[in-house]
Amino acid sequence: MTAPRIEMTIGPELGPRTALGPMLQPTLMELSRPGRGEGKVPHPPADALEDIPVEHRRAMPPALPELNEAEVVRHFVNLSHLNYSIDSGFYPLGSCTMKFNPKINEWAARLFGFAKLHPLAPDALAQGTLQLLWELEEALKEISGMAAVTLQPAAGAHGELTGILMVRAYHEARGDHDRREVIVPDSSHGTNPATASMAGFTTVTVPSDERGGVDLDALRAALSPRTAAVMLTNPSTLGLFEDRIVELLDAVHAAGALAYMDGANLNAVLGKFRPGAAGFDVMHFNVHKTFSTPHGGGGPGAGPVGVGEALLPYLPSPLVLREPDGSFRLERPGERPESIGRVRAYQGSTGVLVRAYAYIRAHGGTGLAQVSEDAVLAANYLKSRLGGAYEIPFDRPCKHEFVATARPLKEATGVRTLDVAKRLIDKGYHPPTIYFPLIVEECLLIEPTETESVETLDAFAEALIEIAREAHEDPDLVIGAPHSAPVRRLDEATAARQPDLRWRAMTGAETPCPQ
Amino acid sequence: MEVRDGLRYSDDHEWLRLEGDVGVIGITAYAADQLGDVVFVEMPAVGATLTLHQAFGVVESVKAVSDLYAPVGGEVVGVNEALAGRPELVNSDPYGDGWMVKLRVADAAQVDALKDADAYRELIRAG
Repeated sequence: MTAPRIEMTIGPELGPRTALGPMLQPTLMELSRPGRGEGKVPHPPADALEDIPVEHRRAMPPALPELNEAEVVRHFVNLSHLNYSIDSGFYPLGSCTMKFNPKINEWAARLFGFAKLHPLAPDALAQGTLQLLWELEEALKEISGMAAVTLQPAAGAHGELTGILMVRAYHEARGDHDRREVIVPDSSHGTNPATASMAGFTTVTVPSDERGGVDLDALRAALSPRTAAVMLTNPSTLGLFEDRIVELLDAVHAAGALAYMDGANLNAVLGKFRPGAAGFDVMHFNVHKTFSTPHGGGGPGAGPVGVGEALLPYLPSPLVLREPDGSFRLERPGERPESIGRVRAYQGSTGVLVRAYAYIRAHGGTGLAQVSEDAVLAANYLKSRLGGAYEIPFDRPCKHEFVATARPLKEATGVRTLDVAKRLIDKGYHPPTIYFPLIVEECLLIEPTETESVETLDAFAEALIEIAREAHEDPDLVIGAPHSAPVRRLDEATAARQPDLRWRAMTGAETPCPQ
Repeated sequence: MEVRDGLRYSDDHEWLRLEGDVGVIGITAYAADQLGDVVFVEMPAVGATLTLHQAFGVVESVKAVSDLYAPVGGEVVGVNEALAGRPELVNSDPYGDGWMVKLRVADAAQVDALKDADAYRELIRAG
């Protein structure tokens, strides 16, 4: 791995080049001209540096880009035109990245009272927001069948960690100190073992059976007095409902362990399956997947966590409480002494939670059930359309997503799933998730979501079928894709092996990144 | 996909070549192909003692991150330092320059329990 290069050389006389060859959109540094930004950044007073020791002052001013406003606006607008988004086309990556976000969510989140509330405002001045948070907790309880919900976690993975920390607190409070293992199926999200590890547990993996479900006998064999929890995703990452869920959960509880539900795929079973009623002790909600908020993507997301009775005392504090007089307040410090404490500042990513609330209220109970029905119908329709051109490894009714594999195509033509995905870009589609779940070779994980029309689904199916035909007739066409995108096939392997993490202008004698 | 005669193979797609009481270990050409372009290999420390099936390292490709499992138990007496700078050796020469670790084999019976080349060919044919 090469060290990041830190010097910066800008040579307009040589003409800037980017690593991508012909420049699609120059960087701001490349567009910069000395003096053009003069006067935009106020100069500090002359004595501003007096208190800073000489050795800590920089010898040269920083290289900041200097442009006029129109250049900056055009730069970002042009960049945005290179983007592909759910607002511009179909996204078979589904809710994993971002399903369609109804615009009413944005209206709600921009309301002055929500958007401009100070996070330290006293309860008396924050009644509207507190009421919304309390009602959102109530809605999530009703949807999930859980006894209580915290809205604090900032993402689904953060919710997992919060949930498993509560599991740890539960076993420790019982003096059950030998429970050091968390069991996950081999189809689980990578965040599950990562969560277990972060919370101080070791991970035990159990295989899937031939129908794509958790192997019940293997789970029974793995359960022991060392098991703290079993983390299950239902429907699974294969898009399949665990139809032996009651037996699975009985086995978990018989071993004295708790059952964690990864709620990533809750959007498939709204109004149909309540994890709390099925016996799960704790779960997280991915509000971007189920309730159409923007994906946090490392920014402000939300991953509320619901718990059953067993974990109630350990919920993060403060919860929002409703007083007998109908007013709302936050729990006071120490009010619930067994709480694992805060997991995030303030009340979570409130702006995201407002959007989730808006989505839930706009749909209502029957509307949310229809969301799941439409998502499941769309996935099963696409699955049946693609069955001839691609192999469907678990050919039973799926939930909101399904796995197809290009393995036979690879064997017959040399065209891999990665190539199929790249060729989809030429056809005008963002590719779906590929090579996950890990247990299916050369797989595509396709999730159309609930908002797509039959015409959109047909057009996408025909694009994939056409690519399979191209693979047989002209494999190089597919292997060389994309042909029409702003950039051609990027060299992911070299980018990972020799990451170049900092921009600088290339000067004459230097070559851009290795091809 | 090449399966080299004379090596021993584990169900986890690792190969082992015995040199005296030292086993040289890597992943098979089949495994390297399945992983795709390898971008990083994490190795154990020399001197560490591994038990049979213990996860001793990690191989990361553009597609996936996978654990490496000890096909036999023993003390780590060498690791392939070249892979730190050139992980692509795992793809280009899995049975040669792409080797990963050398173990002083604790129990020869564990080597005997590994598959021979024909049995491993059968394993990957069965998928």
